Amino acid sequence: MANATKSKSATGPNARPFYAKHNKPQLRDALRRMWLIRRFEEVAEESYVRGLTHGTMHLSIGQEASAVGICMDLTNADYITSTHRGHGHCIGKGAEVKYMFAEFFGKEEGYCRGRGGSMHIADPATGNLGANGIVGGGLPLATGAALAIQLRKGKDVAVCFFGDGANNEGAFHESLNMAAVWNLPVIYVCENNQYGMSVSTERSTAVKDIATRASAYNMPGVIVNGNSIADVSEAMMVATERARNGGGPSLIECKTYRTRGHSRSDRNRYRTKDEIEDWKTRDPIPAFEEELEKFGVLSADEISVVREEVEKEVNDGFIFAQGGTNPVPESVLRDVYTGAA
Amino acid sequence: MSGRELSYAQAVQEAMSQAMEADHRVFIMGEDIGVYGGAFGVTGDMVQRFGPDRVRDTPISELGGAGVAVGAAMAGARPIYEFQFSDFASLAMEQIVNQAAKMRYMLGGKISVPIVFRMPCGSGTGAAAQHSQSLEAWFAHIPGLKVVEPATPEDAKGLLLAALDDPDPVMVFEHKLLYKVKGHVPEAPYRTPIGKAAIRREGKDATLIAAGIMAPKALEAATILAGEDIDIEVIDLRTIRPLDTKAIFDSVKKTTRLAIAYEGVKSFGIGAEISAAVAEDEAFDYLDAPIMRLGGVESPIPYSPILEKAAVPQVDDIVAGLRALVKKRF
Repeated sequence: MANATKSKSATGPNARPFYAKHNKPQLRDALRRMWLIRRFEEVAEESYVRGLTHGTMHLSIGQEASAVGICMDLTNADYITSTHRGHGHCIGKGAEVKYMFAEFFGKEEGYCRGRGGSMHIADPATGNLGANGIVGGGLPLATGAALAIQLRKGKDVAVCFFGDGANNEGAFHESLNMAAVWNLPVIYVCENNQYGMSVSTERSTAVKDIATRASAYNMPGVIVNGNSIADVSEAMMVATERARNGGGPSLIECKTYRTRGHSRSDRNRYRTKDEIEDWKTRDPIPAFEEELEKFGVLSADEISVVREEVEKEVNDGFIFAQGGTNPVPESVLRDVYTGAA
Repeated sequence: MSGRELSYAQAVQEAMSQAMEADHRVFIMGEDIGVYGGAFGVTGDMVQRFGPDRVRDTPISELGGAGVAVGAAMAGARPIYEFQFSDFASLAMEQIVNQAAKMRYMLGGKISVPIVFRMPCGSGTGAAAQHSQSLEAWFAHIPGLKVVEPATPEDAKGLLLAALDDPDPVMVFEHKLLYKVKGHVPEAPYRTPIGKAAIRREGKDATLIAAGIMAPKALEAATILAGEDIDIEVIDLRTIRPLDTKAIFDSVKKTTRLAIAYEGVKSFGIGAEISAAVAEDEAFDYLDAPIMRLGGVESPIPYSPILEKAAVPQVDDIVAGLRALVKKRF
């Protein structure tokens, strides 16, 4: 956003909180994760197109700033729930792409041992309670995770990613109400990419801004530029501080855009090429790189090194996944129940 | 019956209380379970003993409430979610069926969902079509869920404690007419194993399978038939999923005749599953007569007491059915 460019230095007295709070390795890692999401998804998409992997997938290309901006200050003890468009959240929370690729290939080495695929990809060891194929499915789950934290008198938080489509599900309203009534340490993050599959928010949602719905549940609702990692992260700092200190839930609406279609079957009949091209000029990754350079955090060369590292990690991960172990048909019942072989 | 007696509702409450005393992670949430004490008085004064955080009144939000309980289970708590009426689970199917049941599998076994749903079910209270259903078969159809249906106060406590030990989601169907029934209940905590049927009465002429409230009805019918020299073996399933097929097959091989009594709608239900399981097994060869399903009629549960009784099998229906069955031959 415009105010990001007001400060001349990353670390000086005029620095905005995002740059004041995070050191160089943290900022570098944030950029690395954004690239990792981007390149992971591009390679995954190519793999599907080439027929190497099957099923469907939902790409978040263009939405990397919200995934990383929300997750970068969380610990593994903090929970997230994710969505069908969840690769970014998964990587943002600390997953390794090689095990994600392995999941895409349906291999035993995959995070879900080939049982979940793209729509359920998650590394629970990082506090990720799962991507979810049901729109709004994660809203009660994150709220419940926050209840478990509160019951054990913990300082952790639960973060619920959801899309604009989910804000018209009953689960959204029931969850936010309960979180407020019980003052739970949960942060609802709406990634408003403006379309629930093909239907725009103007056609589906009675309010212009989803954040305004927070007022119905007596919690703060803020709107941020979801394509600015600094804006996202700063809103998250406020919400996290509040949740960790018993202040209760918050809603953050990240205005963003998916430059790819909803899924593989999407022919983009509901939006114009101009609109897509316009949003591509607001790509969150070059915008972040520009700031990092301008504020002297990373040089152009250092940024190139980040990209090279990501390229290697993605390529190595893809090769690792292709060489993974296929599950045996006899294992189809494993993990239906605990201990089921 | 010797020893201490409790009502079925008291037995359920004792199980919850003992679990909560033994494990700080256990808590209960649901509608009007706090000061009200639960629509059927099952939680009673638990809120006074355990406080409103652990005996937690929820808003009237079944989808959200059940889902919050599922999320808490995923994050290390051991919730019990009480549906006020099991019919209201229809509002929460998403969280039960898509989330709780499948989470472990979808995530490759890396997360458990140790949750217990308590499901007050069944007809006979004049509450009509939306408060009287027996929907066990719906949930038994879902891999990942376990479904139990205790018939006695003793099993109500033992199966609930077993469900609370279980790392996977368990649905406990409690017939509302059983809540006031009294029976022997040991005081110290004990577990009734999930997946094990009980032979409530040994007999040689026919096998009668029942669960929940149908088990005492089946026993009553068997007692009447004994006066006619008809010797019925009564099996109380106790668990619907996983089904104790061995107990069923063994009994069928012994008696050579099979009837299944259940309150749920007759078609596409527990009776169909048990019949098919027997038909697929060598036990089928032992049958001397067609299998008989004594299920609910193909209608919603009506209000009028006359019609309500007509909608689900009564003792007289079971007696008449079994009397006919023992005379039948292929």
